[in-house]
Amino acid sequence: MTATPDPVAAAVAAAVEHYRGDPNYILQMLREIQEACDWITPEAIDGLQRALLLPRTKIEGVAGFYAHLYTRPHGRYRVLFSDNITDRMLGNLELLEYMCKQLWVERGKTSEEGLVSIDTASCTGMCDQGPALLVNNYAITHVTRQRVDEMCELIRNKVALADWPGEYFRVEDNVRRKDILLGSDCAPGAALRAALPRGPEALLQEIKASKLRGRGGAGFATGLKWEACRNAEGRAHYVVCNADEGEPGTFKDRVLLASYADLVFEGMTLCAFVIGAGRGMLYLRGEYRHLLDRLNAVLERRRRDHLLGANILGRPGFDFDIEIHLGAGAYICGEESALIESLEGKRGTPRNRPPFPVTHGYLDQPTVVNNVETFAASCLVAQGGGARYAGIGTAESTGTKILSVSGDCARPGLYEYAYGVSVGEVLAACGASEVQAVQVSGPSGVCLAAAEFGRRIAFEDVPTAGALMVFDHSRDMFEVARNFVHFFAHESCGFCTPCRVGTSLLRNLMDKLRNGHGSPYDFAEIERLNGILQSMSHCGLGHTACNPVLDTIAKFRPAYERRLQQKEFVPAFDLDWALEPARQMTGRDDAGAHFDTAPGEER
Amino acid sequence: MSGRFTIDGKIVAFTEGQTIIQAALAAGVYIPHLCYHPEFKPHGSCKLCTVKVDGRHTASCTMLAQADMVVESNTPALNDERRTLTQMLFVEGNHFCPSCEKSGDCKLQATAYELGMMSAHYDHFFPKRPVDASHPDVLLDFNRCILCSLCVRASRDVDRKNAFALCGRGIHTHLIVNAKSGRLADTDVTLQDKAVHVCPVGVFLRKDKGFNVPIGRRVFDLKPISAYVDASAAIEKE
Amino acid sequence: MNTVIGKKLKVATTSLAGCFGCHMSLLDIDERLFDLIELIEFDRSPLTDIKELGSCDIGIIEGGLCNAENVHVLREFRRQCKILIAIGACAINGGLPAQRNQLSLALILQEVYHTSVGLANGLIPNDPELPLPLAKVRALHEVVNIDYFIPGCPPSADTIWKALNDILGGREPELGHGLIQYD
Ligand SMILES: Cc1cc2nc3c(=O)[nH]c(=O)nc-3n(C[C@H](O)[C@H](O)[C@H](O)COP(=O)(O)O)c2cc1C
Ligand code: SF4
Ligand code: SF4
Ligand code: SF4
Ligand code: FES
Repeated sequence: MTATPDPVAAAVAAAVEHYRGDPNYILQMLREIQEACDWITPEAIDGLQRALLLPRTKIEGVAGFYAHLYTRPHGRYRVLFSDNITDRMLGNLELLEYMCKQLWVERGKTSEEGLVSIDTASCTGMCDQGPALLVNNYAITHVTRQRVDEMCELIRNKVALADWPGEYFRVEDNVRRKDILLGSDCAPGAALRAALPRGPEALLQEIKASKLRGRGGAGFATGLKWEACRNAEGRAHYVVCNADEGEPGTFKDRVLLASYADLVFEGMTLCAFVIGAGRGMLYLRGEYRHLLDRLNAVLERRRRDHLLGANILGRPGFDFDIEIHLGAGAYICGEESALIESLEGKRGTPRNRPPFPVTHGYLDQPTVVNNVETFAASCLVAQGGGARYAGIGTAESTGTKILSVSGDCARPGLYEYAYGVSVGEVLAACGASEVQAVQVSGPSGVCLAAAEFGRRIAFEDVPTAGALMVFDHSRDMFEVARNFVHFFAHESCGFCTPCRVGTSLLRNLMDKLRNGHGSPYDFAEIERLNGILQSMSHCGLGHTACNPVLDTIAKFRPAYERRLQQKEFVPAFDLDWALEPARQMTGRDDAGAHFDTAPGEER
Repeated sequence: MSGRFTIDGKIVAFTEGQTIIQAALAAGVYIPHLCYHPEFKPHGSCKLCTVKVDGRHTASCTMLAQADMVVESNTPALNDERRTLTQMLFVEGNHFCPSCEKSGDCKLQATAYELGMMSAHYDHFFPKRPVDASHPDVLLDFNRCILCSLCVRASRDVDRKNAFALCGRGIHTHLIVNAKSGRLADTDVTLQDKAVHVCPVGVFLRKDKGFNVPIGRRVFDLKPISAYVDASAAIEKE
Repeated sequence: MNTVIGKKLKVATTSLAGCFGCHMSLLDIDERLFDLIELIEFDRSPLTDIKELGSCDIGIIEGGLCNAENVHVLREFRRQCKILIAIGACAINGGLPAQRNQLSLALILQEVYHTSVGLANGLIPNDPELPLPLAKVRALHEVVNIDYFIPGCPPSADTIWKALNDILGGREPELGHGLIQYD
């Protein structure tokens, strides 16, 4: 007797087998099941429940957390237009509307025959080659009307994604300026060969001497982190590379992983050597799905070359390997404790801290979490020595920083500079003119006006995780801030009250201003919300969610004043529109069926 | 290790491993809280219990007490911030107290009274959250859920059923039950479950006893929430 | 009551989408009404039958906003009153009527006038004299600025008395346990 082949059951079985039935890998299993079946059906959850002996609540809770996992059908082709402000400046929304029209589908809905859905997504990290979109999690760059036409044709003809023209999926590196890191000629294994003979303690001393600080934003001293983890007791120690790169406008980790993956993996291996870890994990944002196979190939090669695996480079007992976990659309998973939760196959909500990951990280064991660039830089330290590295940059910010430059400039892409470079120098190099403002380090960073372009990129002046978005004088800085506020509301994990509700309230207020309903009352509300978000929120997302609004109010006030059209309080919603359903139902259109909402009417 | 710290100038003793809120409540010092429950591992999500420790905001239900800490709690500024949080919780769900069976026994309501919340201040979200009346003994009215995860923790840690979980993200976060149909009737939840009794608000309602104790004689009608050392125990007795 | 002696304060009241319960409770302050009337005089109010609203010191509004007429009255009150007080659950969060917000207005009208039994396939009334219903029932503060709120369904006479005392005395109302009630 042969059973009818059930594709869902087959996909579940394959995913479970791939991850050896380990429930910690539930997110990876869900992702693979969706890749095979287009969505996660209730039957797929049944199957996982049986195979993993997990409660259904747990599986559904995880699947429901990640924006790019679907527990309802979303079509065979799931198109997500990147919606960073830089994509907006390049006309992404017009292209989205156009595509919806061509395919007869409403934004956010699935077409009737279940063929396609079209919506927006938070920044996909292609700001230097936008407008960008994802189809079934694969990035397509440089989207034009013509490309949309072609895509619509392919979708209508149900052409498999694998058969779409390869050039659509070409992702450029756009490295514009190299310094010691992007210009490094460090061959695979060279840093390890330099470090291993001298032992882990010596390497740790070099890292400390280099004064290397984390490149993911907070700038914590890498040497101290490794040391604390090395000294922490635990059954096992872990190395985690944070490649979630969700901060809008940031794309340098993508390039490091595309073309400098050996440096990154080698840095992780150095860290493992110092802290005594046997396992490493690289958490790759789901939007970088296109890198997965390539990265796995690099890992495979490194295993063959004895740079990973048992007895690395012949050193007895130095066993270390790396696996890649993919995210599925959640900016918050860049926060290190949320990232660890996600690695453990849970909802990506930040943990209560202390304790910190260095003592209680992955599976509650000592764990180092570092940014991609931090690990890559550690190779330079291992190879050239800490003192030499410390000689570059400024006193408090040693070494170089890779900046992801996008927005209004002639040459968007990566620029590597020694710390201490002024914002103005970067602007000149990228060919930006008529610059009104620069958003450094993404929405959670800082917005600089022209008078501040002499300021320097450094932890002691303008710290950054790497994003630098340029806005010329034609841009409306209010709309920039509003885009960022929408981003935070969309990405709030929902764990804590102030951020879960506060970011939505803030978004509604910004929309209210946009719709011409703003008054000084609303301005006061924004300031109050800011206070609550900053003081009461659980994690950095909530703490910084108001930054774009505060900065732009302080520096580009006219952009707001234009919006404060009302002197007195008016409703956030359009009063006249509130009668529209009743007008439609009654067919009335007389004067009494309308509100006179002329400005100044209300109080 | 044990020791003392001060909270609003009052000296409070603590023992090793106690959080600020545990030590404070034991000493008769009320700190507003919703997701904290003495029998469960702290969650730290509602943020009502936020205090200032040595000048910095922190949730007192997750922060371990340490000797010589200087804690501020009952200050106009902190109560103002806490009141804003209760207002956020009121507009996020659908709270119509006059028609809620839990009125008078509800920690959200009582905390809002304590903080002098006169209105929800913000525009109401009026979310659509259908009730689940499928179960013979228990009604679930999701309109009032504040996502404190107490029922989740109780079902997981005490009942060992994992009958509940939070799903979705951000403002769309919501409670789900352990059934493919999504209906409580199709779970193994019974009236004996701890999870059915820990809800600080009016989501879990016993079908037969809604108004056994009349309005006016309920837990927080008798005394303000700040006068209870263990308000959770008081409402669970009901 | 300790307020500035002198001219009596002009007070107007109205009930929008409410049940007059709050007005009943106001009358329930019994003999204290005599004290109150020393300090205030009523303008437009269901208690006076004055139909036109003049310029007032205080406006007290019960009930939420269900329809266009409610909004017009509310705006008129806001224009004429220096201080506006929302009284009762319905004024503060829409109350019972707002529970219709779970459904779309079109569905409700259809259900009421087309599908429900008893109405012989009636038409939805479209007389221009009738105020149109709003898509959603709203709390007062969502449409105009409200200065003070007195919660309760209805607030007790003691609650109203204490709140008015505080407001007339120029203080933020502080109700305290037993007086602050949402039910
Ligand atoms: C909301 C939020 C998002 C974050 N996203 C990232 C990220 O995408 N990549 C990253 O490396 N660090 C991110 N971080 C910082 C991490 O929590 C952590 O500090 C960092 O990975 C440590 O690595 P480093 O010391 O090498 O910088 C984020 C932090 C917060 C609060
Ligand atoms: S601040 Fe926002 S993102 Fe952070 S835990 Fe709270 S809800 Fe989640
Ligand atoms: S749960 Fe509490 S606050 Fe919500 S309606 Fe019921 S009594 Fe009121
Ligand atoms: S149902 Fe009650 S106990 Fe459960 S999360 Fe919601 S508010 Fe908390
Ligand atoms: S009681 Fe501490 S955060 Fe909820």
